[in-house]
Amino acid sequence: MNYKELGLKAGIEIHQQLDTAEKLFCRCPTTLRDTADRTGEFYRYLRATESELGEIDRAAEEEMKLVRKFCYYTYDTVCLAEHDEEPPAPMNPEALDVCLTIAKMLGMTPVEQVHTMRKLVVDGSNTSGFQRTALVALSGSLPDGCRIETICLEEEAAQRVEGETFSLDRLGIPLVEITTAPCMHTPEAVQRVAEYIGMVLRSTGRVKRGLGTIRQDINVSIAGGARVEIKGVQELDLIAEVVRREVERQVNLLAIRDELVKRSARVDHTVVDVTALFAGTKSSILKKAKSILAIRLSGFAGLVGQDIQPGRRLGSEMSDYAKKCGVGGIFHTDELPAYGVTAEEVARLREFVGARDEDCVVIVAASRERAGCAAEQVMIRAEMALSGVPEETRKMLEEGSSAYMRPLPGAARMYPETDIFPVAIGEALWESIAVPELLTDRAERFVREFGLDEALARQVAFSERLPTFEAAVAAGVRPTIAARTLLATCRELARGGVAVDRVSEDEILALLSAVEAGRAAKEAIPDLLTELARTAGECPGTPRERVDAAIEKMAPAVSQADVESIVRRVVTEREAFAREKGMGALGPLMGVVMQEVRGSVDGRVVSETLRRELKRLLS
Amino acid sequence: METPKAGDRVRYANGGAALTGTYITERDGMAVIKLENGYNIGTSPEKIEWVGRAAPQPPAGAGVVIQDTSLPELSIISTGGTIASRVDYRTGAVTSQFSASDILRAIPELGDIARYRDRQVASILSENMRPAIWQELARAAYDEIRHGTSGVIVTHGTDTMASSAAAVRFMLRTPVPVVFVGSQRSADRPSSDNAMNTLCSAAVAAGNLGEVAVVMHATTNDDRCAVHRATRVRKMHTSRRDAFQSMGMAPLGYVDYPSLTVTLSDEAVRRGAEEPELRDALEEHCALLHFHPGMPSGVLDAFEGYAGLVLAGTGLGHVSTDWIPKLRGMIDDGTTVVMTSQCLHGRVCDRVYNTGRDLLSIGVIEGEDMLPEVALVKLMWVLGNEPDPERAGVLMQTDLAGEIRRRSI
Repeated sequence: MNYKELGLKAGIEIHQQLDTAEKLFCRCPTTLRDTADRTGEFYRYLRATESELGEIDRAAEEEMKLVRKFCYYTYDTVCLAEHDEEPPAPMNPEALDVCLTIAKMLGMTPVEQVHTMRKLVVDGSNTSGFQRTALVALSGSLPDGCRIETICLEEEAAQRVEGETFSLDRLGIPLVEITTAPCMHTPEAVQRVAEYIGMVLRSTGRVKRGLGTIRQDINVSIAGGARVEIKGVQELDLIAEVVRREVERQVNLLAIRDELVKRSARVDHTVVDVTALFAGTKSSILKKAKSILAIRLSGFAGLVGQDIQPGRRLGSEMSDYAKKCGVGGIFHTDELPAYGVTAEEVARLREFVGARDEDCVVIVAASRERAGCAAEQVMIRAEMALSGVPEETRKMLEEGSSAYMRPLPGAARMYPETDIFPVAIGEALWESIAVPELLTDRAERFVREFGLDEALARQVAFSERLPTFEAAVAAGVRPTIAARTLLATCRELARGGVAVDRVSEDEILALLSAVEAGRAAKEAIPDLLTELARTAGECPGTPRERVDAAIEKMAPAVSQADVESIVRRVVTEREAFAREKGMGALGPLMGVVMQEVRGSVDGRVVSETLRRELKRLLS
Repeated sequence: METPKAGDRVRYANGGAALTGTYITERDGMAVIKLENGYNIGTSPEKIEWVGRAAPQPPAGAGVVIQDTSLPELSIISTGGTIASRVDYRTGAVTSQFSASDILRAIPELGDIARYRDRQVASILSENMRPAIWQELARAAYDEIRHGTSGVIVTHGTDTMASSAAAVRFMLRTPVPVVFVGSQRSADRPSSDNAMNTLCSAAVAAGNLGEVAVVMHATTNDDRCAVHRATRVRKMHTSRRDAFQSMGMAPLGYVDYPSLTVTLSDEAVRRGAEEPELRDALEEHCALLHFHPGMPSGVLDAFEGYAGLVLAGTGLGHVSTDWIPKLRGMIDDGTTVVMTSQCLHGRVCDRVYNTGRDLLSIGVIEGEDMLPEVALVKLMWVLGNEPDPERAGVLMQTDLAGEIRRRSI
């Protein structure tokens, strides 16, 4: 596709959890919990509140179509604030500091006074029914000239366990939301920007790592289409694909619109009760429904079943809208007969509602109330098809397609959080914010200063173990040994089934220091890590004590005199071989000696001793 | 250059970007503006530039609310506690709603329970409540009862709601339910307890109760409200939904939510059991003093000449022995002194220790198991209606409105 010609405009919103000690508006730790460890459950209803104009925010109202009861899991690491049973504490200064650091790295200007707002979200993910969020800085720039509009500091929502059940451990973890301008014009550019911002965030060393700790929302529109926000893209590699598929969807919806206009299509606003027609049906869904309603879509035949995105048709969009009323989905004549509905039943249905060949008939089956609501939603979505692409918030599906979630929220859903005082960002505070080195710059420095090769340097810089690496180097450990141990050795051991993740960073640090101090040979590192992993949680002691115990067990100290005597014995035992191979015996004999000293001696020492001994023998 | 007023369009410059927004107000030397993305920020006033006047506001949503005339009529008396509020999304201001129509628009399910009349007695924060307004409240409720209302709902801030409820209970005999209700979470938020509490209170007001009660969340769940006797209820938590607790007795009943099924205990006074009667005299010259270790007896000088003084004493009902001479003087001068306990749970007994026996001997009245705040409003009512000090003392130890339990459980 020619994205330039299509007028693709895309922007991105990045949500990144911060690795602070406490949550944003209470003093609970930012620890995620296993739901099995919950200490209680409670439940609540949420209700959209009326605005001054008698309006309920359209996104909030849509969510309220279903009366839903939400259940919340609570833990001993959660307090009354997450329960919505206590006013919030003042804004966590550590979180604000991280947010300002990121803002500074992105060249943004802070606001003079930060006001916390309540953003209405009544999907149950916030016990209060709103998310607290504050705009901290404005207008930054990216290397390719793209502009960053805002950075906000907000509280993370509760994690959905399943259905209407949420877990409160995640609620209130500080999050930064970075919003770019719609300044990207190709799918790949969107991915590049996301990667760059992700790198900037990780450069602070103060953001959470791992799946779910960073989420991207992508805004996409094409000329003649509409702004659509796709939420919750967690995998960076999928971003370009999500954009491609959304462009494809909008192009197809516009083509459908053109075809509908050509056919003078329209939506018939009478809903027909067809329950009686399906009295003897074999379709299990229709059989158990109290009420079956039909909507005739004039001139829609063939278009409702038309693909608009891999795995998605216009009918899928109508179905998403209908599901807001609590129905399982819809049937339409473009896909019937199927699902136990016979050709005969379809013919009867078409006749009953007076559908012509060029018409499509949609049916919904549920309780009277839900079916009525769903029928109305189908008509609303069908009307939208006549004018093209609706503005929507959508959720990403596997592989990169998307489903309708709710209308785009307006500014109408925000009002001040009066329980939290505004926070001034004075010049002194802004000046005091230190800008950390970018990970990309750090990788280059590692090549320059430590002589690491480029790939390893980048790997170290972007790794979660960067702090351990830097601590080890600062303690005098050779950078190559530190890097190799932390990345290569640990990974290899883990692949081989060793639980290296049970070895603490402090133990690894102690181990590397022991190697550097000559108390163990670097060849012994894998064995020592394996031993530390095996005894983790069993043998207590400080990291140094545990490392020494491991050395004692796996690689007891061997003195230089011992090495010399072992070498002498090995050479004497294999004198014929040594004489035959000359100095070429060095390699093979090296292996024999190393096996005897079990890695307790540095290879260089063994090799020098052996070389001396061979020379002596051969001279 | 125009000075911006609330709602005006303004331009705001920040780090090279110029944004437009809506002017909200000036607070602590900072201009507060709402940007187009909905966020408020504070900025120095000189960084904003006036662009234009606010567009005239469309008339506030005046959706017509039709009440079902086949349903019983309830009266809503408001004192300033908000059971309904609206957010002005343009400025972010939250305003309280008092009229029956506004409340019905915010909580439409109320319309399935009853018809409503509204009446505003005050518009104050509940910490600013005072005995004169308790009296107005009792008179307003009495008026409504005489007018034939099926039940009264009083909306009230939660801080002092229990005291108001107890005061009304002493002043008013009622054949219909008089239900106090409030909310612990502000009404602007989707999670507010206002709607459920109000619906439960309406169910109780339309139901079979015949006394003054407080209806609030029974637990942290949105599953049921508890119906508390006005003279045995206390706010026991600063912020939780289930802050109100019946003290020394089980609640009078529960209202299941969302079914709104009311279950009353055998002890609850039933509708029609009392004839309406108003005795609204109060002796306001009364006080409640919370004793603490080391509190000097000189503190009592502040209450000299008071008609009544309730002491919240330690344990079984004690104050320092140093206080005895001064207390004796006050009692001799005509102050009625009643002893209650800081423990809140349990009964005062000044016959166990010497200090207690000394207090009794100088004429301090044991307040039985009355809650200190309830003893205070009762003392105001008793002294307002019974001029004879001896008979007043007897009344203080007599259960008049369910405030004293015969048995401690």
